[in-house]
Amino acid sequence: MNLHEVSRLLDGSILTGSRREDIEIDRAYAVDLLSDVLALTDERTTLITGNISPQVVRVADILNVIAIIFVRGKRPNESAISYAETLGIPIVWTKKTMFETCGLMYANGVRPCKNRPMAAPES
Amino acid sequence: MQEPAHGGARKLVHHVRAGDIEHGGLASAQIKRQLSGLGVAPQDARRAGIIAFEAEMNLVVYATNGGTITVAVSERFIDIEVEDAGPGIEDIDQALTPGFSTAPPWARELGFGAGMGLTNIKANADWFEIHSHIGSGTRILCRIERRRHDASGHRPTTRA
Amino acid sequence: MTLRDIVRQLELKVVAGADWLDRDVSGGFSGDLLSNVLASARPGDLWITIQRHVNVVGVAQVAALSGILLAGGEPPAVAVLAKAEEMGIPILLSRDGAFELAGRLHRILVPGAR
Repeated sequence: MNLHEVSRLLDGSILTGSRREDIEIDRAYAVDLLSDVLALTDERTTLITGNISPQVVRVADILNVIAIIFVRGKRPNESAISYAETLGIPIVWTKKTMFETCGLMYANGVRPCKNRPMAAPES
Repeated sequence: MQEPAHGGARKLVHHVRAGDIEHGGLASAQIKRQLSGLGVAPQDARRAGIIAFEAEMNLVVYATNGGTITVAVSERFIDIEVEDAGPGIEDIDQALTPGFSTAPPWARELGFGAGMGLTNIKANADWFEIHSHIGSGTRILCRIERRRHDASGHRPTTRA
Repeated sequence: MTLRDIVRQLELKVVAGADWLDRDVSGGFSGDLLSNVLASARPGDLWITIQRHVNVVGVAQVAALSGILLAGGEPPAVAVLAKAEEMGIPILLSRDGAFELAGRLHRILVPGAR
């Protein structure tokens, strides 16, 4: 599904990047801890988070994340939004919980993005 | 900041202030962009960005007086050096254990302190060294071997 | 829906609190910020997180959650497991990530949601 459809599914709004609302959202990763985001493998993924610290957009930028969905009605501040705008990273904002957001997106065919295991796999 | 270095390498120096959560991470995003501007492949710039970000947030959260991130780019390597003047790490092996963290509660609530910082740094470096002494500070050295551009975008397995 | 049903359907590993799997799961909650769990999770929720800090057990108890589902594969430290046993908080483990676990749990708890 594309960004516009995701936003509608979540009763959300697109805070920036409305001109890119046709980009395809096919992979997602849901997390509040930034170090875990930084362990993501190099894939075209969307980040679902309730973390609105100023670092989130910077991390998304470093990782080439294609869009950010802020959940729980947590709205990033204006400087974060305009920073994302200059980088061309669309932001969706929804009042839904992270659980419901994941549930609805998963039910509509969005699949998980891989990340590096937290530690070596059990042998 | 950008200044010419010896041997044709370019050197980027960023100072990071302790406790400055508001700006923490900006230097790393800038480093990634500067590297891309210098012709570094996107995958390598991403790895360097991740290393720099984890190191930068460590300086913000833990280092008494902040510290410095220095990135040197040559034809074959990206070298990243991170230095602070303390407090130093008591037990390096423990600090390198995935999931181990001494982050204070305020940092955890901001989404830090998953105990993956040094693990992420190590995982993205081809070569990694850490030196730390209580009282004198911590020094991290990382090297990324730059991938060569070829038509397929894949990294060659052997070098000439 | 009990924890036992969910363990079976999502193929989870029970690493603590095996005596409390008959507990009812009324909903799901995803997130890694402890204060957010305390503020927003509802009693009976199964909490999906990658947090492995020992405080997760206390938070789950205070918020009266049905259990903790740890995403990402790695078991927590022994001290965390011991505390969970002591407090009667089941800890379940999966190699899958939080997005996928939330997606699949949501499908079980809220069938037909689109």
